[in-house]
Amino acid sequence: MSTVDSPRQPAPLKDPSATVLGLHRGVLELKSFFREWDQVVFTFALPIVLLALLGSLFQGVYEGSTVTAAQYLVPSMIAAGVASATFVNLGIGIGLDRDDGTLKRLRGTPMPRSAYFLGKVVMVLVISIAEVVGILALGVLLFDVTLPTDATRWVTFSWVFLLGVVACSFLGIAASSLARTGRSVSAVMNLPYVVLAFVSGIFYTPVSALPEPLARLGAVFPLKWMAQGFRSVFLPDTILPQEIVSTSWEHGRTALVLGAWCVGGLILCLATFRWRGRRER
Amino acid sequence: MANSPAVRVRGLTKRYGDKVAVDAIDLDIPSGQVFALLGPNGAGKTTTVEILEGYRDRDGGEVSVLGEDPQRAGRRWRYGIGIVLQEASDLSELTVLETVRHFARYYPDPRNPAEVIADVGLTEQARSRVRALSGGQRRRLDVAVGIVGNPRLLFLDEPTTGFDPQARRQFWELIRSVVQERGTTVLLTTHYLEEAEALADRIAILVRGKIVADSTPASLGGRAEAKAVVSWSDNGEERSLESDDPGAVIADLTARYGGTVPGLKVTRPSLEDVYLKLIGSEGP
Repeated sequence: MSTVDSPRQPAPLKDPSATVLGLHRGVLELKSFFREWDQVVFTFALPIVLLALLGSLFQGVYEGSTVTAAQYLVPSMIAAGVASATFVNLGIGIGLDRDDGTLKRLRGTPMPRSAYFLGKVVMVLVISIAEVVGILALGVLLFDVTLPTDATRWVTFSWVFLLGVVACSFLGIAASSLARTGRSVSAVMNLPYVVLAFVSGIFYTPVSALPEPLARLGAVFPLKWMAQGFRSVFLPDTILPQEIVSTSWEHGRTALVLGAWCVGGLILCLATFRWRGRRER
Repeated sequence: MANSPAVRVRGLTKRYGDKVAVDAIDLDIPSGQVFALLGPNGAGKTTTVEILEGYRDRDGGEVSVLGEDPQRAGRRWRYGIGIVLQEASDLSELTVLETVRHFARYYPDPRNPAEVIADVGLTEQARSRVRALSGGQRRRLDVAVGIVGNPRLLFLDEPTTGFDPQARRQFWELIRSVVQERGTTVLLTTHYLEEAEALADRIAILVRGKIVADSTPASLGGRAEAKAVVSWSDNGEERSLESDDPGAVIADLTARYGGTVPGLKVTRPSLEDVYLKLIGSEGP
């Protein structure tokens, strides 16, 4: 009550910190995300449901290895899940923020702009981690996936995850500017996502079965490299003949491509991000 | 500080392509006043307000809002500004309390969120999701978000569009109570004449990007100086007289009828007459 009764103080008070505000925004974003049923179903649950379905449909063990079709699918689906939680989620979320007045409202407040992006980062990280945990739990329970005990594999997992999250997030933020209205943003984001998932060998397994032009197209984008990186973590090396590469997991090249997309994605974001909607010029 | 104007505008101009949306207007809004910018749809009200709010850049003229140029002002300038958006459908999954609490965090000296919610009459809905609010409640929440930072200047852009008359009156009461208590300066845009008359200390009428009148509601368009019409009924027959001094006419009549004048009425041109004349004179 004292804040209300005290006289106005013209002297500059302490500015609220951008980091603290960003964390608060992250909590708010997460609350909004998990309360919105559409978003949870399409962005969060879909990869898990697809894994359950495809994993139950695909049969057989890959030649020369002990890996079942379902086990092969698990790390690939982690990549697709991370892309969904980052690229699709941010693209749709920011597109809607632009359309429904969120960005306009925030621009009219003293919120530091970095707090908005920090909030999105917090949201995306939490959802991505939850996605990975969900997919791995399903893999362990239904498809006898064994988690690696080797620390170097988890190191690989960490950097593939982080680079993948960053690259796909930047691309999602940049792509959010493509949609004209909030209603079209979901379609605009999902089409490239589904196409990329196909040409990256997520749904069509193993990846070496892809026709070469499609595989080449997939190799341009981050998703293929994330999936390959995650397979290198969770699958034994005996599966390598089923990969497009057959001698090593190409970690160096994976890091290079993902790193390049992080930089390129950031540049795209900076060049295309708009605080204003198209109706507001 | 108290006497320096909250808003000072000179020669403000904004073009969209070939169309001049705001044509060299001047405005002065003293601190503590409720100022209404009134005009038909498409007159340039929102463009003007959005320039003052720092949402849009101007093409010409000088603008000072709380002593700074909105186009260049930084984060601290926004501590003194509250904005109630014309239309917003955001925040739908949060509750009223979560929303107001969150926006309070952006300011160094915010008001108590629960108290702001009580002020706008949403205490019962504090734990409801924003999507469950009615249109009028939604605007009350927008006001709560606009005032929670304890602003010196509040912008209300067509706040009651789409309201029924009762909801509109309730909303006016709300604005009066949140404003008077704190001496907040308000810039209101509206195309409802009644709204400007009910709330404003001063009204400017904007027609096709130009200010055609700027004064108090009582004297707008020479209303105070206009002749009054005194009318009465003389044995069932309507009689009337125009006069600069209606008091004298009435005294005269009272003497003539030896007391009560039957059906006595004194009228001046209504604000609506004045308004229609002003926008009509600029009409197509």
